Amino acid sequence: MTLNDWTREAASEGLRGYNYGFMDEGAKKEVRRSLLKAVAIPGYQVPFGSPEMPVARGWGTGGLQITLSLVVPDDVLKVIDQGCDGSVNAVNIKKFVNRVAGVEITADTEAASVIQTRHRIPEERMSEAQILVLQVPYPEALREVEPSEMETRRMHAEADYARMWLHLYEDIVRFGEISISYRYPVMINGRYIMDPSPIPRWDVPKLDMADTLFLFGAGREKRIYAVPPHTRVEPLEFDDHPFRVEQFPVACTRCGSTDSYLDEIIDDANGRRSYYCSDTGYCDKRSA
Amino acid sequence: MNPLLKARNLTKLFGKGCSQCLEQTGPDQETNLCPRCGTVVACADVSFDLYPNEVLGIVGESGSGKSTLVRMTHFEWEATSGELYLSKDVLPENLARQLADEDDPYTQNLLTLSSFQQRQVRNALMGMVYQNPYLGLRMNVSSGGNIAERLLGAGWRHIGKMRDRAASLLEKTEISPARMDEPPKNFSGGMQQRVQIAKALSNNPQLLLLDEVTTGLDLSVQARVLDLIRSLQREFQLSLLVVSHDLGVINLLCTRTMVMKYGRTVEAGLTDQILQDPQHRYTQLLVASRL
Amino acid sequence: MLTVERLSKNFDVHILGDKRIAGCRQISFEVNEGEFVALSGPSGAGKSTILKCLYRTYLPTEGKVRYQNQEGKEVDLARADERTVIDLRHREIGYVSQFLEVVPRVPALEVVMEPMLSRNGTNPEEAREQAEELLRSLMIPESLWDAYPATFSGGEQQRINIARALGWQPRLLLLDEPTASLDRDSVAIVLNLLKELRQRGTTMVGIFHDKNVMRATADRVISVGTARKESHV
Repeated sequence: MTLNDWTREAASEGLRGYNYGFMDEGAKKEVRRSLLKAVAIPGYQVPFGSPEMPVARGWGTGGLQITLSLVVPDDVLKVIDQGCDGSVNAVNIKKFVNRVAGVEITADTEAASVIQTRHRIPEERMSEAQILVLQVPYPEALREVEPSEMETRRMHAEADYARMWLHLYEDIVRFGEISISYRYPVMINGRYIMDPSPIPRWDVPKLDMADTLFLFGAGREKRIYAVPPHTRVEPLEFDDHPFRVEQFPVACTRCGSTDSYLDEIIDDANGRRSYYCSDTGYCDKRSA
Repeated sequence: MNPLLKARNLTKLFGKGCSQCLEQTGPDQETNLCPRCGTVVACADVSFDLYPNEVLGIVGESGSGKSTLVRMTHFEWEATSGELYLSKDVLPENLARQLADEDDPYTQNLLTLSSFQQRQVRNALMGMVYQNPYLGLRMNVSSGGNIAERLLGAGWRHIGKMRDRAASLLEKTEISPARMDEPPKNFSGGMQQRVQIAKALSNNPQLLLLDEVTTGLDLSVQARVLDLIRSLQREFQLSLLVVSHDLGVINLLCTRTMVMKYGRTVEAGLTDQILQDPQHRYTQLLVASRL
Repeated sequence: MLTVERLSKNFDVHILGDKRIAGCRQISFEVNEGEFVALSGPSGAGKSTILKCLYRTYLPTEGKVRYQNQEGKEVDLARADERTVIDLRHREIGYVSQFLEVVPRVPALEVVMEPMLSRNGTNPEEAREQAEELLRSLMIPESLWDAYPATFSGGEQQRINIARALGWQPRLLLLDEPTASLDRDSVAIVLNLLKELRQRGTTMVGIFHDKNVMRATADRVISVGTARKESHV
């Protein structure tokens, strides 16, 4: 599809007067400028305007704005929510972008040029031709230890991260291990501590020295940040308490995978537990 | 021997300041409040040298500017003007290279560095103990964690080694290492002060700043804390800047002493000379008022 | 080694309406290396003041105190900067008075050992031996060695003081009535120790309230000044 094709089709679908990609060109340019800055300073949170979207803030508007600013008509888009292509939110975002930007929709990780996601990174290793857009509810990794935005900004500026490390130290003293399961803080390129969004620890290593560009958007908090390809992403860890990913003692009930992140499903009727791949696209592909 | 630290004309104004501020305030005017513009002249044109392994006292009543002086030296409060130089010898090589010319034995003026660089200097060689332990400690974090925080800031990444270090520092400051996982809020005032000292020592500082560390403690507890500071000073060959309003503390710890009043140095000399042959009216009053 | 030239010391006491108290006036004398010189004069003539000016506990008002240091360099103690004075006190010049001025809560033995350790760099074992020997010769009962001198009797305190001052063998020792509150036997012991110290090369300037003691010990007696005067600035 070309831009002209889209404009012609949009008119017939009642989108006359709407700009390509829903957002006006000025707003898209602002997002792109912020993205460029974010890529130039890996892990640094770039403030941006975050205008109103036809989705409530907190429902993926940060990711949506990045996606809409990136896509061209011949892009192929995949949207997942907690690994699932079929959840209501994912489906709605997919339909919306398809309609306002004319992109093709897919559930296949390999086929997508842009993937927007919430809480997961696909199991299949993504290539340098692809972009992963992550929806972020709370962009500030230091918020746990410092309530003041001014102070966290200062801490980032001065790389003054002792308190974050102290938080992990106290965790180990209290619980014998680091108890963070989601939003595990990572050090980007040896400089900025970053919140990788609420992905499980399982997904954190996928960020490190990846071939793919990762873009993070927090619509409500109005922050954009990025991990460019081939960037060091190191989970905060101690020499004697190394970072560990989740362990699954079983295989996926459906596809038999032993190297994917599994969701536990409890049968309401008989209370039996079973495990399925959280990444449905991956599971579908293996089961097919 | 060359000074470890050279402070020149340290000045701190609270307020917008005017051309009259310095002339209209000071010990002769008996005020630190500029009558023309209302600016508080907390500290004006104060200079001193601190030598390696030396204990320098700063004595004066509250409002004399002695705490301001220490806070500026610790980069906590930005000086209005003035210069601070450190001997290059005591800095780690990478910092020394950043902060000083090759043939200059001293750093550039530390007060003009970015706060990031100031933090590096502070982490590398300063320790601070406050009168109020709430300023120096995180009361809800374990005592070991309080000590570990400085180590973490200096790049330590081994829990076991940090805990060993914290335990040995707590032992040195006479706190049972068995209590290292308790938060300081559980401790008495004297113990909190000792945890603070342990924390201040964690990065092996060359320079320890003590701001009224025994004020408000029971006499017997004061004595223990002072004895501890004395023995640590000797053991680690520390340079100490001791701020106190108490001539007893100054006499016990310091070889040289500066007397401050209304933000100015009114007198400086050997501690025994200051105490037995005070020159300035204010010092004489201070000495005569000793209990 | 020491040349005092027209040394004067006034105390301007601002808090007593700028009262000026004369400590000593126009004092001049010389002390040769290895000599034991006693200062003599009426009470209030400023003998103690002179010693304290030499040690720089008092800041001289006028005059010079020319001191040849170990390296043969001349230092005017009346005007030398504080670091120089601290350095000389650390390496060369000792001072002992009738009053115990030591850090509290340090056991007697350590009080005596401390200058040997920090100034002479003697190893701890040797310092301990020397300190014990000194305390023993000064008749300090062994049971007191690990007690705090603040709790001792006046005579004991003074003997600790002397032991501390003698132990590190300063090059120049200033003695301000070191035997004032000692009994006759103790005085004899102290004088003996001072003689030994002198034989090992320490130069001494002292004040002794007891004329007999003074004559028995000193090589030379210098008379200083008249009684103190007061005036207003």
